[in-house]
Amino acid sequence: MTEPLLRVRDLKTYFVTEQGRGTARAVDGVSFELYPGETLGIVGESGCGKTVTSLSILRLIPEPPGHIRPGSVIEFEGRNLLTLAPAELRAIRGNQIAMVFQEPMTSLNPVFTVGDQIAEAAIIHQGMSRKAARARAIEMLTLVGIPDPAERVDHYPHQLSGGMRQRVMIAMALVCHPKVLIADEPTTALDVTIQAQILELLDRLQTELGMAVLLITHDLGVVAGQADRVVVMYAGQVVETASTTGLFDGPLHPYTEGLMAAVPRIDAPKSRLQAIPGQVPAATAWPSGCRFHPRCPHAWTKCTIEEPPLLGLGDGDHTARCWLVQEPGRRKRDAQ
Amino acid sequence: MTAPLLDMQNLVKHYPGHPPVRAVDGVSLAIAPGQTLGLVGESGSGKSTVGRTILRLQEPTAGRVLFGGEDVFALGTAPLRALRRRMQIVFQDPYSSLNPRMTVGRTLREPLEIHRLVPPAQMEARVTALLDEVGLDTAFAGRYPHELSGGQRQRVGIARALSVEPRFIVCDEPVSALDVSVQAQVLNLLADLQRKRSLTYLFIAHDLAVVRHIADQVAVMYLGRIVERAPAAAIYTGPRHPYTRALLSAVPEPNPRATRERIVLSGDIPSPAHPPAGCPFHPRCPHPKKNDRCRTEAPALRATSDSPAHLAACHFAEEPM
Repeated sequence: MTEPLLRVRDLKTYFVTEQGRGTARAVDGVSFELYPGETLGIVGESGCGKTVTSLSILRLIPEPPGHIRPGSVIEFEGRNLLTLAPAELRAIRGNQIAMVFQEPMTSLNPVFTVGDQIAEAAIIHQGMSRKAARARAIEMLTLVGIPDPAERVDHYPHQLSGGMRQRVMIAMALVCHPKVLIADEPTTALDVTIQAQILELLDRLQTELGMAVLLITHDLGVVAGQADRVVVMYAGQVVETASTTGLFDGPLHPYTEGLMAAVPRIDAPKSRLQAIPGQVPAATAWPSGCRFHPRCPHAWTKCTIEEPPLLGLGDGDHTARCWLVQEPGRRKRDAQ
Repeated sequence: MTAPLLDMQNLVKHYPGHPPVRAVDGVSLAIAPGQTLGLVGESGSGKSTVGRTILRLQEPTAGRVLFGGEDVFALGTAPLRALRRRMQIVFQDPYSSLNPRMTVGRTLREPLEIHRLVPPAQMEARVTALLDEVGLDTAFAGRYPHELSGGQRQRVGIARALSVEPRFIVCDEPVSALDVSVQAQVLNLLADLQRKRSLTYLFIAHDLAVVRHIADQVAVMYLGRIVERAPAAAIYTGPRHPYTRALLSAVPEPNPRATRERIVLSGDIPSPAHPPAGCPFHPRCPHPKKNDRCRTEAPALRATSDSPAHLAACHFAEEPM
């Protein structure tokens, strides 16, 4: 079996809240692996910790108020990123591991041309001359499908549409041919026809450049279309991991089931949706036992007291943090 | 057919500029009482402007809106205020549409006081009843918006709209800021309230899947115009306009085994200040029959061969793609 490119082990990222209202355990013991060439989807709703996970990987968490707890490990090609010296980390960040954010307007610098911003990484990481880097920027704009790249290279972000800006962000991220691309909600701010363009572009670039993609999204539709494997997060934890087909064919965790039932379907006629009752609890006060138990239709006493580990089914590549995996007889048939 | 509750006739809203921005460019739509019309489109299509203009939150450039037979644009200040009791709006962003310095209770009392709908002695009971109707506990009356989750805020926004007992509500992207699990709660609430209070909705959204779950009729907007309009089932199972076909095909399906062909449109939506000549969709149109006529002659919104109720603005609506 191939070695993972990126290995996250027991990642805990906590935040000290204002006015001493306690510690927000935003990411609370997350583990997963990313293998070369694959797309791993991390899916979850607001507050589940998916974005904090991705920012922690590149050590982009502002400290204070945040801090990554001792014992957390983020290994890239065998080296723990959390213990690297700043200079060593800089050599990896933006070079071997790059990131695309949700909001291209706020992530691009408004006072520099897109060419300058794409060239910057090539100059810093690869020691290119300004002239060579500019040529490289034009090449990258061509690669991401921007028309008239030789002209666009001198444009400022505000002169571009939302879809174009996201293409520029992708060009910036890929200029050093990273091995890992972290894409955090890369299409969430875009219209659906533009989203289709960007997803197609990411697909093509992944094949051409052979990189691994960590795709963070709230959209089960995007995950279904893009990911090879999926990690479902809830309340700062991984609650289910599976191959994409395995997850959609037979979700194990009641939260995953609830999420799938709540998604409006374009192929279903006018009807009521299955909502998950209640809301995501606060990160300063996760519920006892299984963190989903207050919203779970199957929960029994054990779930309120004892926190389930990730339990495997079959050959173990499908796991869920739910006691039902061990005690399927407890599943209530009439629920959901 | 019953008379429509809301009848928009050739609504136009241009914003001044050189050239002017043609946000809404001749929209005619009617909504029957008790029905939901889904108005769908991408950013810049003009769908929100339609919603705001029919309520006269902004003044129209041209056209007419009849509400229960009354000409909305001809009303003076006092009758307009009276009309606002009958027509309400729920906004997308409950974070910015609620006053952060008002408790939920005060937010709900304010419209009741302005319209003098409830004697002071019964105010408390009415606020409690409204909260209950949207699924919130009485304790919420004393809370401020920042103490609420997104879903709870949207419930308050809905309760505020309901407080004056309207017949018609413009729902402008009411669930787009919410997570899926909460989005489903709010959509179900809107459907329940519609049944209970015989409400009529104009439901504005960019998400076609959401609209499918709530709308009876669907109209698709592109660059300020309606390009297709039909009963919901007909639009989703047999879209006729190439834009609608592309839009539907682009919605990511939560099914990894999906085999649906994705039509990826090239280019961006043109600016409504510079709409293309002829059919506004022609520069991005993937229809194989596209020809010079599309580049010069804007197609009228017309009945297709499917049914008189299925309208499309395409010269080749009946041709396969």
